[in-house]
Amino acid sequence: MRARPAEAPKTPAAVGLSLVAVFWLALIILLPLVTVLVEASKEGAAPFLAAVTEPDTIAAIQLTLLVAAIAVPLNAVFGIAAAWCITRFEFKGKGLLLTIIDLPFTISPVIAGLVWMLLFGAQGWFGAWLRLNDIHIVFALPGLVLATVLVTLPFVARELIPLMNDQGTDEEVAARTLGARGWDIFFRITLPNIKWALVYGVLLCTARAMGEFGAVSVVSGHIRGQTNTLPLQIEILYNQYEAVAAFACASILAGLAIVTLILKSVLEWRFADELAANRRH
Amino acid sequence: MTASTAAQPTNGTPENFTPPHPSLHTNRVLPGFKMSLGFTIAYVSLIVLIPLAALAARPWEHGWDGFWSVVTDGRVLASLRLSFVTAAAAATLNLFVGLIIAWVLTRYKFPGVNILDAFVDLPFALPTAVAGIALCTLYATNGWVGSLLAPLGIKVAYTPLGIFVALVFVGLPFVVRSVQPVLADFDAEVEEAALTLGASPWQTAIRVILPGLAPALLTGFSLAMARAVGEYGSVIFIAGNMPYVSEITPQLIIIKLQEYDYAGAASVGMIMLLCSLVILAIINALQIWLFKRGRA
Amino acid sequence: MSLTVSNITKTFTKFAALSDVTFEAEPGEFLALLGPSGSGKTTLLRLLAGLDQPDSGAIAFDGENFLSLNARERRIGMVFQSYALFRHMTVAENIAFGLTVRPAGERKTKAQIKAKVESLLKLIQLEEYGKRFPAQLSGGQRQRVALARALAIEPRILLLDEPFGALDALVRKDLRRWLRRIHDETGVTTVFVTHDQEEALDLADRVVVLKEGRIEQIGAPLELYREPKSAFVFEFLGANNQAPGTLLGGTIDFGGFTATAIVKGASDGAVTARFRPFDTQISRSGPGFAVKVLSVLPAGANLRLELQTADGQVFETQHAHDSEASDLHVGDTVSLLPTKVYVFA
Repeated sequence: MRARPAEAPKTPAAVGLSLVAVFWLALIILLPLVTVLVEASKEGAAPFLAAVTEPDTIAAIQLTLLVAAIAVPLNAVFGIAAAWCITRFEFKGKGLLLTIIDLPFTISPVIAGLVWMLLFGAQGWFGAWLRLNDIHIVFALPGLVLATVLVTLPFVARELIPLMNDQGTDEEVAARTLGARGWDIFFRITLPNIKWALVYGVLLCTARAMGEFGAVSVVSGHIRGQTNTLPLQIEILYNQYEAVAAFACASILAGLAIVTLILKSVLEWRFADELAANRRH
Repeated sequence: MTASTAAQPTNGTPENFTPPHPSLHTNRVLPGFKMSLGFTIAYVSLIVLIPLAALAARPWEHGWDGFWSVVTDGRVLASLRLSFVTAAAAATLNLFVGLIIAWVLTRYKFPGVNILDAFVDLPFALPTAVAGIALCTLYATNGWVGSLLAPLGIKVAYTPLGIFVALVFVGLPFVVRSVQPVLADFDAEVEEAALTLGASPWQTAIRVILPGLAPALLTGFSLAMARAVGEYGSVIFIAGNMPYVSEITPQLIIIKLQEYDYAGAASVGMIMLLCSLVILAIINALQIWLFKRGRA
Repeated sequence: MSLTVSNITKTFTKFAALSDVTFEAEPGEFLALLGPSGSGKTTLLRLLAGLDQPDSGAIAFDGENFLSLNARERRIGMVFQSYALFRHMTVAENIAFGLTVRPAGERKTKAQIKAKVESLLKLIQLEEYGKRFPAQLSGGQRQRVALARALAIEPRILLLDEPFGALDALVRKDLRRWLRRIHDETGVTTVFVTHDQEEALDLADRVVVLKEGRIEQIGAPLELYREPKSAFVFEFLGANNQAPGTLLGGTIDFGGFTATAIVKGASDGAVTARFRPFDTQISRSGPGFAVKVLSVLPAGANLRLELQTADGQVFETQHAHDSEASDLHVGDTVSLLPTKVYVFA
């Protein structure tokens, strides 16, 4: 089979379609990004720097990084374990397990926050017990982490499963017959084969973890300087009509998004063969 | 593939060769099944299943009547209608525009097309709160786009139309990225066959290529729709959040939580989740039917 | 209604796919384009179909300039290597496609189209399969549907790209006979591309042998076989042996014995002689190459021998079961005499 090669748009229809696509992407995708950068720099460097060096903002940045630093490794380990058992073994209920792993893509971020309130909130299942023992989960770091972990759970697993399925088990079985032990097989055979897909999944997982808003908004309690992540800080600033400060913070995250896109494109371009063939996002 | 073939030392085994230990009572060659599956199941139980069980259990605090009175409340119904209708409308628009964009990105080569391609993923990468305040500023009556539309009597920000715009933003990449690989792999010989049989480019596109893309289009639609129904961050700033008019269901859940009405919040959350799952199931069934038609 | 291809040249970015190709197909002729991969045969077929444009040269059908028509307008039936069936359409819809995309004015009525589809389904012996989808058919059945789809538009020429390439050997033989019969029934001028010499010789009225974008020879199968013009054609059409010798006035001296040579453009002096495995005789004593028997294997109606000379050269020959060869054993020393030797330039 041979796919049709791309060519310069020549017919009026081709030129028309190209213009529609460019116009629409500019209007819907690029314009919001430009708005962030323009609004953030509207009043010059001083207000921008003041906004991003304000203690609450610094605290928010630190908290955002901390949450991601906990949530992403957890989901990376989970992704590897899930991909290993799903792609290397046959067992009953595999389809169901795959559906459950995909579930966080379907549920609203607000519900992903709500469920933790129902468990650990003041009137949740464990609310009274937690209060009695003075353990803080919601409106504190653990709640932010749990909400983030739930929302970003599928990212690494979804990247590894199709790839490891394609790669098959031949190499690992060969290593096994040559006498390699479990962790040897994993570190010397499997990991080198999936490393770029793992990096790719971790990249997407990190981007989402740092940018998550709905779920953490529900469990954060919005305590300035304590439980506000950067996206929540943006909301507070924006609602207080501190537009420049809000957009200054937003531009940090927008910059992060652009870096993510660049890294993602580089990975796709450089390691296309080592990422799952049928997925581009 | 049995463990015994892997483990049996043969004649002439080198001295330093240690045969792998076959797992007892299993014919699996590779190790780590119990550990990885155990960890996976424990993890999804803790992170996904137990929390969702809490969601399923909570609405019944005041019995069926309590649940029913919450989800049939006029404000809740209005928000559900708003959330699902705008999500469906946005996904539908994205279906068409996304198809065009995927077509252009795979078929045509012009300067900057690769950068354009990379930027399609921006809504995946840009935090929703950032998108939210940017869209709100852009479409406010004094914003770049809003100020152009205002003289025409079109108000976007703080109306359902604003919600629609935000959902178009978040949903676009789903359609493009679902369709693009299928289009890129479309067998050129099939198109050439249509051509030699006398079909015009237009007839080829509509009658030959488009039906081949239908499953991918449906996937894109359902992903965009699922994301749009639950979307919060990018919508909340531009929506205006007027009860009965521009209040989306996720916002209502947050309001109920703030009022410590956990049962109410859980009821709304559950009905929203159920509606989403039903819609996804229908789309999925449609897709299976299409798939069977194509390659049974 | 003949097809005329004159001086066609086509260059891709790096290499010349076709240079100065000229041939003609008579009305109703079954023509094979034969060559190894990279010989330009598929490129040539695509030019005939209008899917690519040549750099120079002319293609005419019945006096009409084909190059001024695009693929849609040429009314050529093309059967693609992958069949290129429309997977979301039933077999009947696939066959009807070419009729239903005609402009409203030229289109047949629904009933006419239905009748046409039914007659074609009958022709390809798939009457019961009209409502099936391509994915539910075997490879051979798909191939027949692809052919019916191409025939539905009543093509002026039928083009087939490696029509049996994707099929297994058994189905291949069956379909070959069947395709020949369909051709004889419909009488449509047919050009097909193949890399399989057996297929080309078996099916075609005439064969165009291509090598690196140039025509090596055109001729009827027997003519090609008996009168190959070049070493390439000789080698491409079947197994052969080679041996160095000295040519002098139509006789070749192998150093120890001589044989009469069929000389094609070669001049006297040191040459490479070529002969077919079955154009040989084995004797215990007598003129010929002194060879040792490496293996004796049955090959259908024949015995296949592998023989080696003292200086290491290996010959492969074929002999009847009841010939001298049947008494041979591995390790025997015999003499091998080629009976029909070709010498090419």
